Amino acid sequence: MADLTWRPAPRSRLTAASPPRSPKWRLLPSAVVLGVVALVVLVVPLFVELNEQYVDLAIANQPPSAAHLFGTDELGRDVLLRCVYALRVSLTVGVVAAVISAVAGTAVGALAGSIGGWFDRIMMRVVDAIASVPHLLLGIVIVAILRPSLSAVIISIALTHWLTAARIVRSEVLSLRTRPFIDAAIVGGASRLQVMTRHLLPNVAPQVLLATTLMVPHAVWHETALSFLGLGLPPHAASIGNMINDAQRSLLIGGWWMSLAPGLMLVITTLAVSGISGVWRDRLNPKRRTELTW
Amino acid sequence: MTRGKAIGRLALRRLAFAVPVLLVVSFALFVLAKASPFDPVERYFGVRIIGASPERVAQLRANWGVDEPVVAQYWAWLTHAVTGDLGDSLSLQQPVSAVIGDRLGWTVLLVSVGFTLALVLGLLLGTLAAWRQGSWLDRSITGSCYALEAAPVFWLGLAVLYVFALQLQWLPGGGVTTGSDPVSVGGVAAHMVLPVAVLAISQAPWFVLFVRQNLLESFTQDHVIGARARGLPDHVVVSGHALRTSLLPFLTLLGARLPELITGALLVETVFSWPGIARATVEAALNVDFALLGALTVMATGVVLVGNLLADVLYALADPRVALDG
Repeated sequence: MADLTWRPAPRSRLTAASPPRSPKWRLLPSAVVLGVVALVVLVVPLFVELNEQYVDLAIANQPPSAAHLFGTDELGRDVLLRCVYALRVSLTVGVVAAVISAVAGTAVGALAGSIGGWFDRIMMRVVDAIASVPHLLLGIVIVAILRPSLSAVIISIALTHWLTAARIVRSEVLSLRTRPFIDAAIVGGASRLQVMTRHLLPNVAPQVLLATTLMVPHAVWHETALSFLGLGLPPHAASIGNMINDAQRSLLIGGWWMSLAPGLMLVITTLAVSGISGVWRDRLNPKRRTELTW
Repeated sequence: MTRGKAIGRLALRRLAFAVPVLLVVSFALFVLAKASPFDPVERYFGVRIIGASPERVAQLRANWGVDEPVVAQYWAWLTHAVTGDLGDSLSLQQPVSAVIGDRLGWTVLLVSVGFTLALVLGLLLGTLAAWRQGSWLDRSITGSCYALEAAPVFWLGLAVLYVFALQLQWLPGGGVTTGSDPVSVGGVAAHMVLPVAVLAISQAPWFVLFVRQNLLESFTQDHVIGARARGLPDHVVVSGHALRTSLLPFLTLLGARLPELITGALLVETVFSWPGIARATVEAALNVDFALLGALTVMATGVVLVGNLLADVLYALADPRVALDG
């Protein structure tokens, strides 16, 4: 005889995604971290009379201590101080490159979307073609042609990252073009340029701004990778990639703190930036709450 | 028209798109190389160009054809490249095809094992996280995925190298052989563990988060709710009903992920002194060796295009609802 006693079904979690926790939980820590990083990176070099290139061989290769929180490197330079300067350099490169590629991408995307026709088709095939080349390899080629330098790194990032912005702006412009207020503007006698600058661009601006913010961590990552390969900033400049590259040698003699510290700084800053832009994106596109940043 | 034929036509159409892309990319690289202030003949002579006789320099310039128009040079390169002759690498003093031939096998080995492992990890952890949604397991899996996505892969590589090869000394940390040992299957397998693990761990987070997200969406679909209503146990519902349908978009994303994979492999190889193409790429870039660098870039582009094509064909084969006129 079968067991007919009724038992409650075990609790199952096979349900729709639980609603995301209040954005406060992501926003607050990210904002605090980013605020501290910005303060340190922007303000410390102005007020502190310390030289991040100061060499003191007497205290070379020291593990973290009270005097040097992150220890010292093989030339006796303070790792924490160098991290601050490195983050300053890497973030500057990231922000400048992201802004340049956002401007270039917006220009291409807006032109392709509003002119349409064969121009649109050719431009989008060009975008597809460039997107098929792995970013880092294309970056390496560009740096090889221009020789490693600050401007070469920025150009290499800008030339590989404008594609995202171009695609976003084009699709936004295409959907905006069918809206009545654009028709109204055209009927009212607005020129192509006026429609573009008065009606189309202001409406894609929030999306572009968001894409630019999301691009910053990626650009920083690109700079770091190039510098790590020895193809980025000049070797003496303190950048996150250069520091990790230098630290490889010290790793063999046990100097773990020299590569841990710069990497950790980068991870924390990146997480804070994507945390803030994640909240922002959820507010901007409430329907598309994906958890993937890229 | 049968579906098989339609898929064949899709593949042909995508190939027809791939060829012009490769031509455009290689021509653009060629123009960029020519536009740079770098002169291969001066590089060949180095400081000796001061003492070299002008006739000899002129003869070399004529032999190499450096002063001909870009299009003529590109045509010469292309006609040779089609027959497998990619020119000579200036930095490694070898034919480019030999340089690539020596190294490609090692890179393919690393990338294929690493990618497979990343997929397995992604499916396994993504399914676990979605199944136990909201639990500590889910939270720790998704949390570490975000952290790993933010960490540069070479930094992870150095950390793994330090802990497992230098401190614990469990596994060898660089190259494919120890000392002057000959290359053996066991030796290579031991040397492969760390680089493959780092490559897989750095690629997996994206897959984990994607599988989790898709599974959560499919839990609300009718056939999954129906399966649960019939009283099927959770594990059957997850693996038999939810996972199957949510894996379809996964297939096309495999193709889209290839550029990241190549980038990751380049950095992992550098950290672990793996004898693949990464070292050659960096050498070529530092020495402005365009013959080698260009060939490598065009090759990587070709791999990405073929990968996208394969992913689309697999998608069309797996899902009969997919329209083929895209």
